[in-house]
Amino acid sequence: MLRYLLEKEIKQFVRNSFLPKMVVMLPLMAMLIFPLIANFEIKNINLCVVDHDRSIQSQKLIQKIQSSGYFRITDVAESYQRAMLQVESNNSDMLLEIPVAFGKDIEQGTSTNVLIAANAVNGVKGGLGSSYLTAILQNFSVDIATKIQLPKAMPQGAGFSIIPRFWFNPTLNYKMFMIPALMIMVLAIVSGFLPAMNIVGEKESGTIEQMNVTPVGRFQFILAKLIPYWLVGFIALSIAVLVSRWVYGFKPQGSIVTVYLFASMFMLAFSGFGLVISNYAKTMQQAIFMILFFLLTFIFLSGFYTPINNMPQWGQVLSNFSPFKFIIQSVRLVYLKGCGFADMLPQFFALCGFAVFFNGWAVLSYRKKS
Amino acid sequence: MTSIGTDKTTQQIGKVIWAENLCKKFGAFTAVDHISFEIEKGEIFGFLGANGAGKTTAMRMLTGLSKPTSGKGVVAGFDINTQSEQIKKNIGYMSQKFALYEDLKVWENIRLYAGIYGVPKKEIAPRTDDLLHRLGFEKEKDTLVKSLPLGWKQKLAFSVAIFHEPKIVFLDEPTGGVDPAARRNFWEMIYQAADRGITVFVTTHYMDEAEYCNRVSIMVDGRIDALDTPKNLKDQFNASTMDEVFHHLARKSTRNAD
Repeated sequence: MLRYLLEKEIKQFVRNSFLPKMVVMLPLMAMLIFPLIANFEIKNINLCVVDHDRSIQSQKLIQKIQSSGYFRITDVAESYQRAMLQVESNNSDMLLEIPVAFGKDIEQGTSTNVLIAANAVNGVKGGLGSSYLTAILQNFSVDIATKIQLPKAMPQGAGFSIIPRFWFNPTLNYKMFMIPALMIMVLAIVSGFLPAMNIVGEKESGTIEQMNVTPVGRFQFILAKLIPYWLVGFIALSIAVLVSRWVYGFKPQGSIVTVYLFASMFMLAFSGFGLVISNYAKTMQQAIFMILFFLLTFIFLSGFYTPINNMPQWGQVLSNFSPFKFIIQSVRLVYLKGCGFADMLPQFFALCGFAVFFNGWAVLSYRKKS
Repeated sequence: MTSIGTDKTTQQIGKVIWAENLCKKFGAFTAVDHISFEIEKGEIFGFLGANGAGKTTAMRMLTGLSKPTSGKGVVAGFDINTQSEQIKKNIGYMSQKFALYEDLKVWENIRLYAGIYGVPKKEIAPRTDDLLHRLGFEKEKDTLVKSLPLGWKQKLAFSVAIFHEPKIVFLDEPTGGVDPAARRNFWEMIYQAADRGITVFVTTHYMDEAEYCNRVSIMVDGRIDALDTPKNLKDQFNASTMDEVFHHLARKSTRNAD
């Protein structure tokens, strides 16, 4: 009986004018566009410099800032007020004020002050921008101190230098952080929500009632809905994996088999969640709204965009209710750190737990009879 | 034959459908109010009533789609309270809402339901061709169901509902929205099915169709107010047509039609 139902589902899927295209487009969009635009790396910060000194040293400093690649010097203003106008009119994000006698002070080893002001409307840009600029300034002062060999007048902060080393993602490439999460988002939509919407669609058209008066068991009916979308989920995931490899050269440090293994468990869990929704939603409108609600909740709780450790304590507790947390963690660990199955047993068991919970709920909440 | 543990068991042999005090309540509202009736094998049983009288609810209980609040019933030898899955193997059902898959072809719909009802794989293809030949649908075998006219869709839906030769076929307003010629045509198919021994349980709004039935019951406000052959009913209410009988009874309704 199952094979007749599967035949039906697959024919309907392939004949749909929209779904097969979507399954290809979604991972392509997610992989080709999202990682490039959803990026926390700050580049091209517009900087307005107020140079009261106009000495060789101040020129050197400006050059150094320019050559860092993070800043674009938009203007060299004569006064702080002028520069502030630039910031206010959004032409500049930050301003740097170099005091009179900056060069002289440096060469003599006297301490000097520069002023950094940042537009913090975009907090991330403001914060990161000032810390980049501070780092450059510090670096500059160390250079000077070494060059002019004035050990007794070591500028502040030059007593020791910090060399950060970022493990597993040495260049702090935000794309590498985002890609595994985006893969999971694609997987969730394709394998969790499409079958749920399909079932609600049959409710709306009344064909599910016809099925309910046949000997088709609930289990077979659901399995026939899920199997095609699991396959489609693997196709979408594979597209995402291949694109990230070919376009970004992003290969998993660990085994790709582990990625697929975890993805399978996630699909099982998440399609169960979709079924729960399909049991409660009477119309497509209700289903879509519930899906949006939970998708957003799960994603924001999962550490998709922001580290879970940054969340308040209660948020960290809540994050455990998002299956996305565990699958995104695992895929990131395999991709970036090269973890194997044995290293991620807690995540795997968490996903198993979600699978049992959601599918159990789906079975219990299903009524073939009213 | 499964016993349902009452002394009625012996009497109901030969009855394909048997219901006693069937009742369905939705909260405070009693949709079906203690109805009892029996239907013989091969009978065409018309189930009449105004909109909202409780016909569809009663039918849903008999087909295992809805659980009775109270009362007993046996369909095709199985208890509607406990054996609805066995009932489903032995009945066909054509709902008010057209329920074939619009995005499947004619032969694919037949194949799907034949497969679901366990028609042997080898028989499906020849019997499909045979059916399409009888319906004169040979050319439409590969047509998507959504592009068929409504009258054809209904004939196809009926044929699909009886493709597995069920003991009983339930038809919920099968001829809604089609022209008189197509309706007559459809009733010819119903007669053919009844001749093959399939019991037909049909709800309808068309009183001329009620005349075609062997027996009819008329539901008013959840109760069966009349049940007999069309001729006896007309005599009983001193009416010349079933339409008059119906109006006579429906006037008593206190329930608003939906």
